[in-house]
Amino acid sequence: MALKADSQSLSKGKARRQLVTVLTGPFAAIGRAAISWTSNLGASAVFLFLAILKILRPKQIPKIIQQVYYIGAKSTMIIMLVGLFTGMVMGLQSYRALVKVGAEGALGTLVALSLVRELGPVLTAIMIAARAGSAITAEIGIQRISEQIDALETMRIDPLRYLISPRITASIISFPLLTALFDLIGIIGGYISGVLLLGANAGTYLHRVQASMEMKDVTDGFIKAIVFAVIVSTVCCYQGYFAHMRTDSHGAKAVGLSTTSAVVLSCVLILVADYVVTSLLI
Amino acid sequence: MDTPLIEFKDVTKRFGPRTVLERVNLQIYEGQVTTIIGLSGSGKSVLLKHIIGLLKPDEGTILFKGKPLPTMKKNEKAASLARISYMFQDNALFDSMTVYENIALPLRETTNLKKAEIDRRVTARIGQSELSDAAHKYPSELSGGMQKRAALARALVTDPQIVLFDEPTSGQDPVRKNAILSMIAQYQRKFGFTAILVSHEIPDVYFISNRILALYDRAIVFQGTPEELENFDHPFKDEVIHSLEGLQEELTGLYSKRQFKVLYHVQLKQKTLRETYSVVVFTLEEMDAIITILGHEAAQEAIRSMGVYIDKHFGAIGGFSTRRHTNQFVTLLPYSDLAEAESMLKDFIDDFREHGIRGIWAGARKRAAAEVCVEFAVLAGIAQGQPIVEIDAVIDSAKHQQKEIARLRCDVRG
Repeated sequence: MALKADSQSLSKGKARRQLVTVLTGPFAAIGRAAISWTSNLGASAVFLFLAILKILRPKQIPKIIQQVYYIGAKSTMIIMLVGLFTGMVMGLQSYRALVKVGAEGALGTLVALSLVRELGPVLTAIMIAARAGSAITAEIGIQRISEQIDALETMRIDPLRYLISPRITASIISFPLLTALFDLIGIIGGYISGVLLLGANAGTYLHRVQASMEMKDVTDGFIKAIVFAVIVSTVCCYQGYFAHMRTDSHGAKAVGLSTTSAVVLSCVLILVADYVVTSLLI
Repeated sequence: MDTPLIEFKDVTKRFGPRTVLERVNLQIYEGQVTTIIGLSGSGKSVLLKHIIGLLKPDEGTILFKGKPLPTMKKNEKAASLARISYMFQDNALFDSMTVYENIALPLRETTNLKKAEIDRRVTARIGQSELSDAAHKYPSELSGGMQKRAALARALVTDPQIVLFDEPTSGQDPVRKNAILSMIAQYQRKFGFTAILVSHEIPDVYFISNRILALYDRAIVFQGTPEELENFDHPFKDEVIHSLEGLQEELTGLYSKRQFKVLYHVQLKQKTLRETYSVVVFTLEEMDAIITILGHEAAQEAIRSMGVYIDKHFGAIGGFSTRRHTNQFVTLLPYSDLAEAESMLKDFIDDFREHGIRGIWAGARKRAAAEVCVEFAVLAGIAQGQPIVEIDAVIDSAKHQQKEIARLRCDVRG
């Protein structure tokens, strides 16, 4: 009898523990994720800080120029293409809406301000994250798993100086330039669809573009581009550099997952940072 | 003995719950080739990465010329570690750079040398590594052996004082394996660096090593010369050495030194004290010239061809052979007195002059880096032994009797 009672009390205790686990499980998972996020955020900040410190070391300029070519110059075509069609769609949609309220003259203002303040920096950053950011993560990740980064350390070459600093610097240089290009081509796209295809007045469009924009709009756009450059380059370099530390996979798969994470995280952070920076600048 | 260049004192390393190194004690001396042997996954590479500073011990101390690394000033520590170069198991060449750029990288990034001087040094190393034709190729366009040579050239381009080799011969065929080991030995003699190898190429690695460190069950259980390892009585020998060392040497197909001794003792037991046997010692001369002019692979191919030829000839008449040193072979004729052995050797010499030496040359030429001829000679010496005399003394006696039996002359090689 006593044995049976013991066994019943044991199974009750077990059931209670299971219930507690089920109830607290989601909170524990959220807590773990929060700790992981926070520690990764801290590590990324230290990573960025150390990389920035090494920008001014000797022999960096040729590497920065090379990275400006890969990140900036090689993204020109895709940025022009996306900028053109974004401007054309804006011209098309805005003209149709503005005609309804008899304000088609404001087309130039709408296209220019939307592009320069918001769409230019955001879409440029997303496009570069997808094109160059993924390449950065994959390249650094492969270098990590094939011991090339360890080889740099054994040769007394600081990997942060050699691999990371030039990429971050090149991004800071390239993003505003590509944003400016995107804005310009976008305004031309708006002109093509609004003026050439739908018949808006060319002089009014160009006058409104020029008259409605202030220097602050342009500088705000560039500030955003620089913030996005820091975010994208840091996230992509960090994900590749620590690809070997992933707990969910190893080797080539880890590089693949790191690349995906880098692009997704960059895009999300671009949108979050856009809101934060916009609210600070307004 | 001198102060060790590198010393481990009670070094322990754990990865999570797994202890890889436990209270490891070892000494590495300047100017020597030291080889760390052990089974795969026993922590050899982890040990090597502690030396270069890629990993830090959880417990214990690493001393550099008698000074503990953690107590050194930052500059002093950096200067000590800067003298070390590392050749990775999988080469770790930068796949987006050409061979030239890979080799030039440490000079470009860590020195203030002028472009012309960097070019001179890199070109010289490329030439020494027989990579002149591959200088502007990418690593993926090279064979495994060429990638190894490129990695070796990169490790040596800064003239380091200590070079660490992590499994330098992995994934290579027997000729290339021995060619890489021969290259390491030659460079070590030429440049005088301290070489530390991790390898399980037994017995090939014995030919180039001054000291062997045996890593077993997370600790160093033996430190000494390859000859001392022969007499080391420990489970390591049964579990590791005997499992790694085949009965026959991979390159030549001859018996390993251990198996040769086993066969010798078996023969000895069957003999009375007065019965005799004979020993012939062969040496392939001018190895350095072959290496310099034709390359390491050609030299190893010549050694392989010679081993095969000796085995074919003397194996058919009851003899058995081993490779004693890189270019030295020993044949034991268990049932022959000196007169019979001399007669057998005479037959061998006639045949060798007619066919053998040309066979060696043909083998070497197949793998030669250049279409040029190299004169070389083969020596042979003979001695008679009895069961009461130590075999090593008989081998030494035969070595002292050596004289030239054949020479390849470039003008008559045909």
